[in-house]
Amino acid sequence: MLTPTEIQTKLNRILPKVQKPGRYTGGELNQVVKDWDAVDTRVALAFPDIYDLGMSNLGMAVLYDILNQRNDVFAERVYSPWTDMENAMRANDLPLYSLESKHALTDFDIIGLSLPYESLFSNALNLLDLGRIPLFSSERGNEHPLIIAGGHATYNPEPMHAFIDAFIIGEGEEVILDVVDCFQNAKKQNHNRQATLRALSQIWGVYVPSLYQAQYNEDGTFAAIQKLADDAPLPVQKRLVPKLPPPLTHFIVPYIDTVHNRAPIEIMRGCTRGCRFCHAGMVNRPVRERPVEDVLEAIDNAIQSTGYEEIGLLSLSSSDYTHALELIEKVNQRFGEKNLSVSLPSLRIESVSVDLMDSLKNNRRGGFTLAPEAASERMRKIINKPVSNQQLLTTAREIFSRGWTTIKLYFMIGHPSETLEDVQAIVDLCKEVLQVGRETIGKRAQINAGVSTFIPKPHTPFQWVPCDSIEQIIAKQTLLKKELRGRGLKLNWNNPQETQFESWLSRGDRRMAEVVYQAWVNGAKFDAWSEHFNFDAWIAAFEKTGLSPEFYTHRQRPIDEVFPWEHISTSVTKKFLTQDYLWSLEGRTRIDCRTQCYACGILPTFKDLRRENPGDIWQCPEVKAKRVKVIK
Amino acid sequence: MNFPPIMRIRVTFNKTEAMRYTGHLDVQRAWERALRRANLPLSYSQGFKPHPKINLAAPLPLGYTSIGEMIDIWLDEHFTLETLKSRISAALPPGLKITALSEGEIYGPKLPSLVEGAIYTITLIENIRDLKARVDTFLSKDSIIRERRKKNYDLRPLVHSLSIPIDNANQEQRLSVELSAKPGATGRPDEVLYALGLDPYDAKIERTTLLLKDE
Repeated sequence: MLTPTEIQTKLNRILPKVQKPGRYTGGELNQVVKDWDAVDTRVALAFPDIYDLGMSNLGMAVLYDILNQRNDVFAERVYSPWTDMENAMRANDLPLYSLESKHALTDFDIIGLSLPYESLFSNALNLLDLGRIPLFSSERGNEHPLIIAGGHATYNPEPMHAFIDAFIIGEGEEVILDVVDCFQNAKKQNHNRQATLRALSQIWGVYVPSLYQAQYNEDGTFAAIQKLADDAPLPVQKRLVPKLPPPLTHFIVPYIDTVHNRAPIEIMRGCTRGCRFCHAGMVNRPVRERPVEDVLEAIDNAIQSTGYEEIGLLSLSSSDYTHALELIEKVNQRFGEKNLSVSLPSLRIESVSVDLMDSLKNNRRGGFTLAPEAASERMRKIINKPVSNQQLLTTAREIFSRGWTTIKLYFMIGHPSETLEDVQAIVDLCKEVLQVGRETIGKRAQINAGVSTFIPKPHTPFQWVPCDSIEQIIAKQTLLKKELRGRGLKLNWNNPQETQFESWLSRGDRRMAEVVYQAWVNGAKFDAWSEHFNFDAWIAAFEKTGLSPEFYTHRQRPIDEVFPWEHISTSVTKKFLTQDYLWSLEGRTRIDCRTQCYACGILPTFKDLRRENPGDIWQCPEVKAKRVKVIK
Repeated sequence: MNFPPIMRIRVTFNKTEAMRYTGHLDVQRAWERALRRANLPLSYSQGFKPHPKINLAAPLPLGYTSIGEMIDIWLDEHFTLETLKSRISAALPPGLKITALSEGEIYGPKLPSLVEGAIYTITLIENIRDLKARVDTFLSKDSIIRERRKKNYDLRPLVHSLSIPIDNANQEQRLSVELSAKPGATGRPDEVLYALGLDPYDAKIERTTLLLKDE
């Protein structure tokens, strides 16, 4: 393999000829460079999309920081090259390399692959291929790096099981260090690859797919998972961080523009609302908040170490952060005069949200975003997002009257049991909101409706339901396109083929790995980019493997079906999900679980952790102290 | 931020290897961020969306390095030049380095309007045997018509001088070129290379000096 110097020499010739060469150089402020030979373990953190996107991924930045705080570990970054650079690399026999030290991927001990969403699967294979690492786990030997993947898409790891040596299930902050320790230990004992993986499987939150085997019924449905090693855990429990540590503030500052060119600070993890379509809301339980003081100090430190002009305060539902108003007040007091722009995404439809946004200066330019997700009362009960149209209209009036001219409304079509009338309700509601805008500020009022298509996700109450067919989606989108136009109205929608693609990958089983591989062979890559998405490559892959996309996307699963992802436990029980699904059919809702516990399963699984982290560290009810048996 | 600026400084700086591929707007942003890290009160324009009051002299094409870039910065507070130099230097990212710093008139002319020309040093990666002959032919012409962005223009009057420096300690061949840099009359070193029959991708280009009008 080429040395870093040889790689740099080739780069010097290639870079002037590609678009945005700044993606491929590294060397930014706050990047960490260590002496390659002075550390025990070298980890490449790889994000299988371009630099511009990967640099905005908070998870990667957090792991980079945690690993590099250890003197015995060197973590570097790797991103997918854009197609022009990929062609140049292949033509010049240049392997994929790390940005910091320009080492080839094969020089690393561990590749940590980020898989936050399914449309990166083909890129993940391409990244390994560019790094000259055999794609199939079974084809790798002791000389190859361990390929470890984590991120939200790995809550159903099975479509990628053949390519990944070990998955991290759940939150990575703590488990990543356990993985490194275990790896170092295995190396000291001269363990081979198999033995190392076996040892890794014993860590809470690690899933080693080669230690299991899947069985199927005659009708093609999944039957059971079988352990191939006695000590392999079943189920594999997700990892969680019981108490959120102070947030990361020492970010690498890119030299070129990126998607979210700002300092992201996570204020809260998880969400108590329980919207039934929402994967993040189910897998990120329990809700943990960071104290206001931690957040303020983080903003301070982030400005000092990065100089960013924008701070993003991140969570799944900002207005549910207990001390939201206090936080924003203090942000204004401390940073109000510093020309700092603070963004607060994911606000609920209520006037408090408008107060929050109003207090944040410099923020009126982007429009105000609300996500009712559905427009009819019936539909909102089914998805468990009960907001009344009246509430939405009142909030909209408030938004317009405080100076915003644009409201972005996010909806989904394709919810379970949805009819064209429910879709028509989206049209009517958008027009009503526009009417409110015209009454308040006149003709400047603008509604941008973003209507995406619902994709049933594993580990959610809707994991049983079919995804709409292309024909159904087109019929609904045709209605929307016909009605949502004219002055003040703008519509955005998703390509139905991309929806199908995400749908079959989301609920895929182990056999799907063959489809992923064939699709990559057929040229699939950058599936998340509309201009590169290649539906035909995927359909041809299904044909070659004899599997049917409809089986994965359009089938209503019977209530007693065993799912291929059940051996991965998010600790939200199947019993809870089943009941929640059945309730949705009756239109029964569960309001915020901060006020009432619905027994999703988190507390019984993690009762000891809860006891060690009392009070408002979690937004779950307290667990009573251990009962002490009194012996007379 | 509601006050008029208190101080204007002019910084001469190097843009080195690490930031070779950072474009004009991103260089400006890098300065803005460095000043925020240095905790210096940068002035902002008034209005709905305030902009930081910093002003680069002239864009540097992507891929070039420089040892003679300039930027004007307005501040809301007065500092000694020594303080500014040390605080800004400590906050600059790899790829930017201060070489000189002076105080200017707050309402004096804008830096870009003062730029008249620029000198570049071009290092050729591969040796060209008849380089001198090519340069002589170039200089002997009164007019060299070239096409850029689908428009024809005359490159020759934009080239104030072109020479092969002889003080070269290395074996590498070099060219020194002084080009006009005025609105509507800016010469590019890569265009000169094309006119010499050379490939700019086989050269390293560095801007050494920006030539300013006397204030």
